[in-house]
Amino acid sequence: MSKEDKPRIGVFVCHCGVNIGSVVNVPEVVEYAKTLPNVEYAVGNLYTCSSEGLDKIKEAVKGHHLNRVVVASCTPRTHEPLFRAACEEADLNKYLFHMANIREHCSWVHSKDPIKATEKAKETVKMAVAKAALLEPQTEPEIEVERSALIIGGGVSGMTAAISLANQEFKVHLIEKEEELGGKLKDLYKLYPNESLSSEVLTEYVQCVRSNGNISVHTSSTVKHVEGFIGNFEVTIGCEGEEKTLNAGTIIVATGAEVFKPHGMYCYGENKNVITQLELEKLMKEKRLGKPKNIVMIQCVGAREGKEGGRNYCSRICCAVAVKNALNLKDVLPETEVSILYRDMQTYGKDFEEQYKKARENFVQFIRYDDVSPPEVCSQSDGRLSVKIHDILVNDTLQLDADLLVLSTPLVQQEEAKELSRLLKVPVGADGFFFEAHVKLRPVDFATDGIFMCGTAHSPKTIAESITQAYAAASRAGIPMALGRVRTEAITAFVDEALCTGCGTCVKLCPYSAIRKDDEGTARVNDVLCKGCGVCAASCPEKAIKMRNFSDSQVIAEATAALGGS
Amino acid sequence: MSKSVLVVGGGIAGIQASLDLANRGAKVYLVEKTPSIGGRMAQLDKTFPTLDCSICILAPKMIECLRHPNINLLTYSELKEVKGRAGEFTVKILQKPRYVDASKCTGCGTCMEKCPAKVPNEFDFGLGDRKAVYMPFKQAVPLVATIDNEHCLYFTKGVCKVCEKVCPSKAINYEQEPEEMVLTVSSIILATGFDVFDPSTMSEYGYGRFKNVVHSMEFERTICASGPTGGHLVRPSDGKEPNDVVFIQCVGSRSQHGDFPFCSSVCCMYATKESILIKEHAPKTQAYIMYIDMRAVGKGFQEFVDRAKKEYGVKYIKAHPGGIAEDPATRSLKIQYEDIKTGEMKTLDADMVVLCPALIPKAENQKLAEAMGLELDEFGFFRAGDPLTSPVDTNVPGIYICGYCQCPKDIPESVAQASGAAARAAETIACTAREATQ
Repeated sequence: MSKEDKPRIGVFVCHCGVNIGSVVNVPEVVEYAKTLPNVEYAVGNLYTCSSEGLDKIKEAVKGHHLNRVVVASCTPRTHEPLFRAACEEADLNKYLFHMANIREHCSWVHSKDPIKATEKAKETVKMAVAKAALLEPQTEPEIEVERSALIIGGGVSGMTAAISLANQEFKVHLIEKEEELGGKLKDLYKLYPNESLSSEVLTEYVQCVRSNGNISVHTSSTVKHVEGFIGNFEVTIGCEGEEKTLNAGTIIVATGAEVFKPHGMYCYGENKNVITQLELEKLMKEKRLGKPKNIVMIQCVGAREGKEGGRNYCSRICCAVAVKNALNLKDVLPETEVSILYRDMQTYGKDFEEQYKKARENFVQFIRYDDVSPPEVCSQSDGRLSVKIHDILVNDTLQLDADLLVLSTPLVQQEEAKELSRLLKVPVGADGFFFEAHVKLRPVDFATDGIFMCGTAHSPKTIAESITQAYAAASRAGIPMALGRVRTEAITAFVDEALCTGCGTCVKLCPYSAIRKDDEGTARVNDVLCKGCGVCAASCPEKAIKMRNFSDSQVIAEATAALGGS
Repeated sequence: MSKSVLVVGGGIAGIQASLDLANRGAKVYLVEKTPSIGGRMAQLDKTFPTLDCSICILAPKMIECLRHPNINLLTYSELKEVKGRAGEFTVKILQKPRYVDASKCTGCGTCMEKCPAKVPNEFDFGLGDRKAVYMPFKQAVPLVATIDNEHCLYFTKGVCKVCEKVCPSKAINYEQEPEEMVLTVSSIILATGFDVFDPSTMSEYGYGRFKNVVHSMEFERTICASGPTGGHLVRPSDGKEPNDVVFIQCVGSRSQHGDFPFCSSVCCMYATKESILIKEHAPKTQAYIMYIDMRAVGKGFQEFVDRAKKEYGVKYIKAHPGGIAEDPATRSLKIQYEDIKTGEMKTLDADMVVLCPALIPKAENQKLAEAMGLELDEFGFFRAGDPLTSPVDTNVPGIYICGYCQCPKDIPESVAQASGAAARAAETIACTAREATQ
């Protein structure tokens, strides 16, 4: 299509079942759309995203010689790729498609006021049509993808992802900050559910990694600097004072988590007989436990705090860990009393529930407390401890002696995660853990292309769950590397060289380091790094930077339509 | 040497595994026994803890499967036989007759409108009706009608043929025969999902006897905009908005005596979600959740429960009720329970009770396991190769598992495991190629 062609816009207004249709008067919006400038065709659909609805778009593009398409429906976040693909199938450049959100912006938020919601839907469609008339076709840059991955973290997650990718015939750089691979496996004793020794499992994994010719292991190494983008990352790592740069097509974050140390709570740090579950495992592993007669475990120490700014999440694994350790204790010290003070017993799923039952049958005492009356711990001068607890199941206050008090504390994000989040430009959530692209459907992807995550860096989880996620990350990272090339977004910034004075404002402001000055001092945008945020265009004093499909004329047309003009 | 993968089950797990493999260039056969892919997620209204509209985030993936050049969608089909080994399995698939030519049907729905035979719609758990010629739901993929020959008047009584007369594309074909196909695939991924335990076997809760006692999947359809009530929160006996709705957790699950001692892992959270939806649909209605342990163990879950309490006033009661009685005049319910905190016996009045039943493995797992030499656990879940280190493998190399059919899990865990199974299948393809060149 040449630029001179007159716009012929098709408008498809979606009922989204009753999501839109029960509030917004869709037929009225369709009739209104027909009156707008450049609109050749307008129609309502029950579900525009159904295969029937998509076929209708394709037929209309052909039948009515449409050269622009507007769908008024839901959010581009989930549905734009689908509608764009339908346009492409009708031989229409997908950037000649525009979406008007009349569900999230109209029917859902104004469900109590159908008349005004309908008016707003009309205006939203009017804005979209005004912009669509000025849309231009774009081409997406295609880039080659290097067939190697860089995995940060050499615990069980990182090692699993490395082995899987290596088996898929990709090269892997595995980066571990400590001297040895293994992460938390190094500290654990027996592993649930098959009671295998952590040390044996670890040895097998390390051997598997070390003997695989596709994996290069970099221990005592940390990430210092990250450049590049999907397909072509350049990662500088530091190892004992020396730096080296590695190339990778994709990156997987498998940095794991730390166990929260509850200093100042329940005499932890003051009385040596107060320890965490991980410290208990270490004692058992090193056979330094001694023979305590009474062991009390307290769950939810520093977790599920339920207060502003607190650690409000449940750490998922602590109840199962306590049950596992209680059973292991009963194994070696059958006479020892083990009591677990809990709020809710989080032995979810199939196997944990069975272990919980087994623990009760083995005389592990379970005492339920309420968050409003937490246990009170008293440390005596001889180092012995007593725990006062209100058992809500029998509605009675109990006094327990404890030779050893074990605190179940949550997994928390690693200290270095903040720095890594900055280097990779990937987000962390309110709980401090790395934040995925979509909570339900993209659990191991970051929103940034080519970067993935797995294991407890994402959230607390078991070893089996971490391994599952590691395989998932290996699948997701494997996709662009198997294809060898990817196409990236075309809506990026570009510089009008005649207007650029080389002031460098954009270079400093670009959050993605996508702009550099060339030898002549003119700003140059790297299309692949540019995310199309528009900061450069907004700040350029010479108006030399423009955004593809967000040009001044397009934005002004949209705004004019919104403010009642045409 | 095959570079194809067979995926059994078209729910979110099967869909994700198929897309991951297809997107990297492998050929995928996605077998689904019902007329449409989508699975359980298509039946849900919203998802926890983000309250995303379930079908809205699922539909684009369903359509992607349909349109993907590397995915061969085999709906209304079943896996019958498996032979061979990793790298080269020979599988036999039976495609059942729809009695509709899928290449001609446009999904216009005229046949469904005119068909005189009404059948309870299994997609809505029988709460609404469909016709004998039907598409299971509005966003079905593929959008092709199917004639249910057990209820079609032509097949049962030899009369009618209305659908044939009204079909504008001449797609109806009563003579269609089952089709058998034999495929060679490198590996197999099982994603058969779950079934809902029938709570009528627990007579103390009155399910099946008391009209206003429903189970959670029925409730999910009731509150869903595309469900039989158009998303209006009404109780079944009189179509009125309930004042009090009580959710009861662990119905059949975590049972000390029954068949299902395991925890279904998702009920505490979906009951919390459904309680929030109640408040959004009917702000004056009070929601209660009776639970044993509040298992909010996933990312953002505890925060979601805290929000339900503070922002939406959902009341959580630590209790496992002993029984439910119905007032025959009003059809309202009285729940008897022991207050765990005080030991007192108490009653709670409710207009409607939602039971959260055990979610259990599919009965068909048994047959599939026999056909493939797979191990099942005592409940009928597929057994993982090693519960610790090989969570997506089985005892047979080249056959992988994902989603609820391995053990209870939620959507993101199923999606992750599905991608994980895809990685293992990709490894198998690479490994076979390596061996062939050596």
